[in-house]
Amino acid sequence: MIAEIGHFALVLALGVALIQMVVPMMGAQRHDAAMMAVARPAALMQFALILVAFTALLWAFLTSDFSVSLVAENSHSTKPLIYKISGVWGNHEGSMVLWVAILALYGALVALFGNNLPDALRARVLSVQASVGVAFLLFILLTSNPFLRLDPAPFEGRGLNPLLQDPGLAFHPPFLYAGYVGLSMAFSFACAALIEGRLDASWARWVRPWTLAAWIALTLGIAMGSWWAYYTLGWGGFWFWDPVENASLMPWIIATALLHSAIVVEKRDALKSWTVLLAIFAFSLSLIGTFLVRSGVLTSVHAFAVDPARGVFILGILVIFIGGGLGLYAYRAPALKAGGLFAPISREGALLLNNLLLAAACVAVFIGTLYPLFLDAIGGPKITVGPPFFNLTFVPITLPLLCMVPLGPMLSWKRADVLAAAQRLMAAAGLAFVAGLIVLGFWHKGPWLAPLGMMLAAWLVFGAFSEIAYRLRLFRIPLRESLGKAWHLPRAAWGGALAHAGLGIVLAGIVGMTAWRIEVVTALKTGESTQVGDTVLTLEKVGLREGPNYEATTGIVKVEQDGRFVAYMLPEKRNFPVEKQEKNEAAIRTNFMSDLYVVLGENNGQGAWTIRAYRNYLAPWIWIGGVIMAFGGVISLSDRRYRVGAPLRARKLRLNAQPAE
Amino acid sequence: MTRKQRRATFIITGLAILALAVGLVLNAMRDNIVFFYSPSDIVEKGLEPGRQIRLGGLVEQGSVEHAGPATVTFTVTDLQNSLQVSYTGILPDLFREGQGVVAEGKLQEDGSFIASNVLAKHDEKYMPPEVAEALKKSGNWTGEGAEKKHSETYGQGSYP
Repeated sequence: MIAEIGHFALVLALGVALIQMVVPMMGAQRHDAAMMAVARPAALMQFALILVAFTALLWAFLTSDFSVSLVAENSHSTKPLIYKISGVWGNHEGSMVLWVAILALYGALVALFGNNLPDALRARVLSVQASVGVAFLLFILLTSNPFLRLDPAPFEGRGLNPLLQDPGLAFHPPFLYAGYVGLSMAFSFACAALIEGRLDASWARWVRPWTLAAWIALTLGIAMGSWWAYYTLGWGGFWFWDPVENASLMPWIIATALLHSAIVVEKRDALKSWTVLLAIFAFSLSLIGTFLVRSGVLTSVHAFAVDPARGVFILGILVIFIGGGLGLYAYRAPALKAGGLFAPISREGALLLNNLLLAAACVAVFIGTLYPLFLDAIGGPKITVGPPFFNLTFVPITLPLLCMVPLGPMLSWKRADVLAAAQRLMAAAGLAFVAGLIVLGFWHKGPWLAPLGMMLAAWLVFGAFSEIAYRLRLFRIPLRESLGKAWHLPRAAWGGALAHAGLGIVLAGIVGMTAWRIEVVTALKTGESTQVGDTVLTLEKVGLREGPNYEATTGIVKVEQDGRFVAYMLPEKRNFPVEKQEKNEAAIRTNFMSDLYVVLGENNGQGAWTIRAYRNYLAPWIWIGGVIMAFGGVISLSDRRYRVGAPLRARKLRLNAQPAE
Repeated sequence: MTRKQRRATFIITGLAILALAVGLVLNAMRDNIVFFYSPSDIVEKGLEPGRQIRLGGLVEQGSVEHAGPATVTFTVTDLQNSLQVSYTGILPDLFREGQGVVAEGKLQEDGSFIASNVLAKHDEKYMPPEVAEALKKSGNWTGEGAEKKHSETYGQGSYP
């Protein structure tokens, strides 16, 4: 019964979404306030209905209702509670329900908190947003119904893939989707502005918080996914340049570019049509990511050709929205009036260069991800494009960008003096140089590029400090006054500096991990030892352990440093009887400067166990830096300019200035 | 600077960056893509040793042996031809005799294959697409739609 209610709620949501798509848009075109007013209750209603459907599905999973086919295939009564919950989105159908639920949530948030938007713009935004909802609700109802029943119902479910039974991965999809789908807001605002034919600084002020929110979620989602890959897959790598990862990286890159270009629109009324184009591309890449992951095309182009219903449907959605968005852009963008002029060397120029380099980096990732699929589809040879390709393309494009990050915020708007900006960064450059030398002193054995990489990382961090110091006039005016200024400095400035510093920390982590990692692969009998750098590992014992829904072969590994006992580590191999799968669980011991990472392999038949151990220098910094970047985003999001005051004032101005249409 | 010059500066910068990106991509395409081969491809085409490739097929029953403390050798077959692979390290969780496997590494002068990476995937029903393809080509494909399950686990990972 509950499942049928869920199904019915989805159908009703589709109906509401259709109304929300058509009526407000017509209202906006005809200046009919009553029709435009439909948008808000419809958006709230659509969200409520999808929430009902989502809850029904959640209920089916929580109560292990195996008469629902999806539950039977992806759950099991002995599974811990958290994985019953995450099982809802640990499969195709459920994850699409989560997708539309988040989409509708964004719509509902605009309806609730969009008081400061002009009525016509809000109606159009919600209408475009609803059109995305219609497409995906149709997709769910026609090709991926999560509420299908099984008759007779099995007694027990088939369980969830053990790799997905992990706290890191349980919450990775919701964040990633919140990011993917959040970019639909930027898309809706872009389309609404194009239809309206008007785009000004206040538009940028409205669209930026939504993009920022999506960017924060995407940043956290990607960091979480990378962390999961690091500790689960037993390789100790943090990024594999896998198509699935690239699918989330591409929207992130373009969202980052969009955040920066929206500043130019907001402050200087320039780069407007470029910003709109980025907004369309950001969401297009989210859709492409959804297509790649959801259509099965990555697994095999041929599997896709055999069962094309879902893939072709998403491809259709892709073509309609990307084509529609770009078509609208081609048709209407010339109507956007060009705004403020600026010299090539200026803050605007730096932000534009940032955008161009980010776009180029995205192009490189795009080609590397889709070229093998393309070759396969046209019957060419089967190829894999791995890390070496991306190291030779993505890295050289982003390096100059990273070098320029501290410089950009020091340049003034319109026309800037590079020398003056460079002078303000002398301290940061000096400190970065010293940091590089110190690193060289400690780790002269590693590759010669590593100290340079650390220098760049330090340059980013100290550059971010310099920007804040410059804005506070630190050490130029009495400290008290500086602190007073600190209080009044816009939060967006703090947020930006924090995000740039976080980027530096991520970079340091990546450099440390790739340059200095120590890897040992050996076989140990119980009682035998091996050495990883200055650490001695002794395999004391191997035994069996019972988990909630698995059996584990656990190794007890004693860790000693300079002859002193440090800790025991417990790497294990888990055997999941229900799913008939094994999963390696690495033991990781971190001191925030480096990780000791131990994996237990199989018995080699001669009484010894294969052991793989790593010392990963600065590894935790990658994810700590990612979280700092996201936190910078949150600080920036809380800037009061994006809340009530400023937009309200802008609106009043607009109302006064509005010509009779 | 006149308006025209400004615009020219922006356009030239944009084109230069685009050219840079395209140049880097083309350069990387030349040497850094990894081709996939089945044992038959290697035997029949007489592949040059020393190039990084992916080799896919089934792990032959009874062929897995421990050759050193942490070194394993096994035979990859497409049921027409086969090739011996040697690998030092921990085999992936779902590495089994009789199941699909992809080994990434280099062909040696003596015709054996040293793998730097062994990829097997997380599902007893799943077969890496390349392996299925190789089996289909050699006429030994038995499963139908065996690839589908994998895409439903988020498509997580091309069997890293």
